[in-house]
Amino acid sequence: MKFSRREALGLALGGVAVTMLPVPALAAAAEDAIAAFTGGAAAGTGGITLTAPEIAENGNTVPVSVDAPGAVAIMLLAAGNPTPAVCTFNFGPAAGSQMASTRIRLSKTQDVIAVAKMADGSFVQASSTVKVTIGGCGG
Amino acid sequence: MISRREFLQASVAASAILAGSGMGNWARVAAQQALTQDQLLQFDAFGNVTLIHITDIHAQLKPIWFREPEINLGVGAAKGLPPHVVGKDFIKMFNLTPGSPEAYALTYEDFSILGRAYGKMGGMDRVATVVKAIRAERPNSILLDGGDTWHGSYTSLKTRGQDMVNVMNALGVEAMTSHWEWTLGSDRVKELVEALPFPFLGANIFDAEWDEPAFDPYKIFETGGVRVAVIGQAFPYMPIANPGWMFPEYSFGVRQERMQAVVDEVRAEGVDLVVCLSHNGFDVDRKMAAGVTGIDVILTGHTHDALPEPVLVGETILIASGSNGKFVSRVDLDVREGRMMGFRHKLIPIFADVITPDPEMAALIDGERAPYKADLETVVGQTESLLYRRGNFNGTWDDLICEALLSERDAEIAMSPGVRWGPSLLPGDPITREDIHNATSMTYGQAYRTEMTGARIHEILEDVADNIFNTDPYYQQGGDMVRIGGMGYAIDVSKPIGSRVSNMTVLRSGEAIDPARTYTVAGWASVNEGTEGPQIWDVVEAHIRKIGTVRLQPNTSVVVSGA
Repeated sequence: MKFSRREALGLALGGVAVTMLPVPALAAAAEDAIAAFTGGAAAGTGGITLTAPEIAENGNTVPVSVDAPGAVAIMLLAAGNPTPAVCTFNFGPAAGSQMASTRIRLSKTQDVIAVAKMADGSFVQASSTVKVTIGGCGG
Repeated sequence: MISRREFLQASVAASAILAGSGMGNWARVAAQQALTQDQLLQFDAFGNVTLIHITDIHAQLKPIWFREPEINLGVGAAKGLPPHVVGKDFIKMFNLTPGSPEAYALTYEDFSILGRAYGKMGGMDRVATVVKAIRAERPNSILLDGGDTWHGSYTSLKTRGQDMVNVMNALGVEAMTSHWEWTLGSDRVKELVEALPFPFLGANIFDAEWDEPAFDPYKIFETGGVRVAVIGQAFPYMPIANPGWMFPEYSFGVRQERMQAVVDEVRAEGVDLVVCLSHNGFDVDRKMAAGVTGIDVILTGHTHDALPEPVLVGETILIASGSNGKFVSRVDLDVREGRMMGFRHKLIPIFADVITPDPEMAALIDGERAPYKADLETVVGQTESLLYRRGNFNGTWDDLICEALLSERDAEIAMSPGVRWGPSLLPGDPITREDIHNATSMTYGQAYRTEMTGARIHEILEDVADNIFNTDPYYQQGGDMVRIGGMGYAIDVSKPIGSRVSNMTVLRSGEAIDPARTYTVAGWASVNEGTEGPQIWDVVEAHIRKIGTVRLQPNTSVVVSGA
């Protein structure tokens, strides 16, 4: 599967689409989704590990994994996508670990965000910038 | 730790030749008499293990000229640090003598004059002599190849890497990692790897579908009672910078957490020394060295940097061994009680006229080349200009290639990839078919012709610039800026993506590039499957045959700021 824009561009230097714009500030839609998840509570850092590639090999299927020991739920967002919410993983008391992996489509360079709700009702958050690029020409 | 500038020993005895002092044959003879093989190899052995590192040979079996960069900008934390130091600053930083053999080998200034004085560098038969000498002195040696070995020449293209595999096997390489190897296609890579007598390492090469490790991540060597883990790290941005459709089964990436896990694994096995054989590129390795604990030595590659001293990051030493066979790094290590207690290092310059070729290797190389001799030696034209590529922006080889694209493909704008391989030619040199291949050889060399809007061209320049000048090394792919013909622009490397490139101008008319207008663009090395067009080396050859002699004007079409 290819973006239509990629066809023309590929002729030049090839590769994946798409954006040349600076990574925008966190989109309002993503902020809203996080606020709905946390109930407006501020999210801390630490205790959550988000693993994503620095540069997407294929923006259509970007492997992302998140690990938050002790979490009861983890929300995953692609802040720059038209619909930022990707999914929310819920972990029951019998869960052996609180980690999950999936693949997401990224329309352009953006931050991927994971927010975990811990058992005590607090929240922690991690984010990682994933670049979606035309590709350069390595040495 | 012991750090000594062993490299400089060569310059103590060798008399420096002043640039521009009217080089004649006498000067060359004097230069060569001043340098001896013994001096180049001189090394006060140290410790109990030796690493021998070669990388980014780009299939250069024979001695070459290779001009080091005139511009190699570092951004962010790397600004002004090695390897982002060139010319006089490099000479000053490493205390070299201008005009000396080391200055010729490591910097760009007066390259044509010094090249005639000191001769070509590299040649795998000379490298073989050096490797054999080190091994004879140090039986506890491990020879490691950092990759970009099976690509870059006429014969490597024709034999699909077989000539290089044969040569590296004869050299006795004990492990390698990879980058351009993959552009032979995954089927061919698998075929060659299955027959290799040593491991093809890549801790960061994963199966794309299952996201699981696909190649051996490391090999543990036992030598002189010391257990050495060598972890391979392939080029992380493989499917982005090169055609992913040629190796769709594999995924790459920096995968720092994976590197840490592998280091922890070999440490848990009780190895005494952890070496990373990397094709990350220097700045990526510098960041990885700070982010991963437990690596003693990173043998860097990809960005073609040659540094006469290791760079220290915490307790990790980074070695940069240059490219194209110009250098061999020898790293002697004192490993005791499960840790590295000290090191001594020398970047050995392979002066082709000073180091005696190894006869067995010379015969093997000539045998590999023999079936193609007529093609290799076909003279296509002459050059009155110094032809080189390496540097962040246009080199003269690129200017020539862009002129060929504009002329032969009837385009308004030409684009040529900012790769770092491609040896140089000196003024007065003939241009052979082999020389053209050395600057263009690849498995996806089709020269396309298409139309793009001004806005699209701007987007491409911005995107490629961010792959070089992003302040976070993990977002850098190595390589240099895409080379442009027919158009000038200004670039502020300190700005973020989207705002670096401005003042795009059509050179012929002096008019500003119109974002809405469509321009005819010719280029080559598209990573897209199914790209059509003549091979770039045929385009360049046709152009040179028409003009006969290459005379290039200085290119001032790119105005750089923010450095």
